[in-house]
Amino acid sequence: MKRMGMIFRAKANKALDRAEDPRETLDYSYQKQLELLQKVRRGVADVATSRKRLELQLNQLQGQSTKLEEQGRKALALGREDLAREALSRRAALQQQVTDLETQHQTLQGEEEKLTLAAQRLQAKVDAFRTRKETIKATYTAAQAQTRIGEAFSGISEEMGDVGMAIQRAEDKTAQLQARAGAIDELLASGALDDQSGMAKDDIAAELDRISGGTDVELELQRMKAELAGGSPQQAIEGGTQDQAQQSQNQHKFDKQ
Amino acid sequence: MIVRIMGEGQVRVDDSQLPALNKLDDDLLAAIESGDHDSFRRTLGALLDAVRSAGEPLPADTLEPSGLILPTPEATLEEVKAMLKDDGLIPG
Repeated sequence: MKRMGMIFRAKANKALDRAEDPRETLDYSYQKQLELLQKVRRGVADVATSRKRLELQLNQLQGQSTKLEEQGRKALALGREDLAREALSRRAALQQQVTDLETQHQTLQGEEEKLTLAAQRLQAKVDAFRTRKETIKATYTAAQAQTRIGEAFSGISEEMGDVGMAIQRAEDKTAQLQARAGAIDELLASGALDDQSGMAKDDIAAELDRISGGTDVELELQRMKAELAGGSPQQAIEGGTQDQAQQSQNQHKFDKQ
Repeated sequence: MIVRIMGEGQVRVDDSQLPALNKLDDDLLAAIESGDHDSFRRTLGALLDAVRSAGEPLPADTLEPSGLILPTPEATLEEVKAMLKDDGLIPG
């Protein structure tokens, strides 16, 4: 158990040995602490930005997924199982991306929480250090200060070493995720996932438009007749509405965080 | 003894708990030396869990140095090995 204990303490003591009057290093160290605190807060903000971007993408992908499911339903209602199969297999591919993004979202949330707590801990220690620093400067002789400062230093530099590594970790993770988020943004911007602008997606919608022609009217009539007769509305059409309700619930889930 | 889990903060562990923790520490070092990733992950998890449950969290504004610094739960075997090597604490 003793083997891992010395990592940061050694560094702190080295810094202290170099200073002629240890009291001079107090202000310098405090300056460094404030800088690190700033850095952690920027880190929290960066992670939050990445997380929000991911949420935006998730909502877009889920919107596309819902649209494809509706198209599949419609194709099936029109008796075009081949088209429905195509729509659903595209949806399955999209869902995989959604699942992947959800995992990344959880990772970022975890990093954000960790960094927020780290910032709080460091803030408390920096405040304590400032108080200790002023007391030492006001009260103690150089000889006494040596010991006092040594204690304060090792406590704070350990925290600073830890926080510094936590920021590094969060930055590495965010950078990895940002590269992937960039790829998805490009995909979304290219229209490959958007049946309004992209040729790739347009074919299902176009084919549905072509074959439905007057059929939409027939389906709607059927549905109204069923309603008037007091029977349950046609499943194939109503199902899409339910999914939309579910979809907006999902969106809410991400928006509120 | 004050123990820091990196990324989580400091806890105070009663000295009576140390023998049990030492056993896990030995296992962890054995896993690191043999390069056994599965055993490393399992043992590190067990060691950190044991410290968390035996330890009393220190207030955030204490400036006390830790007697022991343990890696973050997600640290890799290579990272921990590098940390130990920096200080030349692993004999051989």
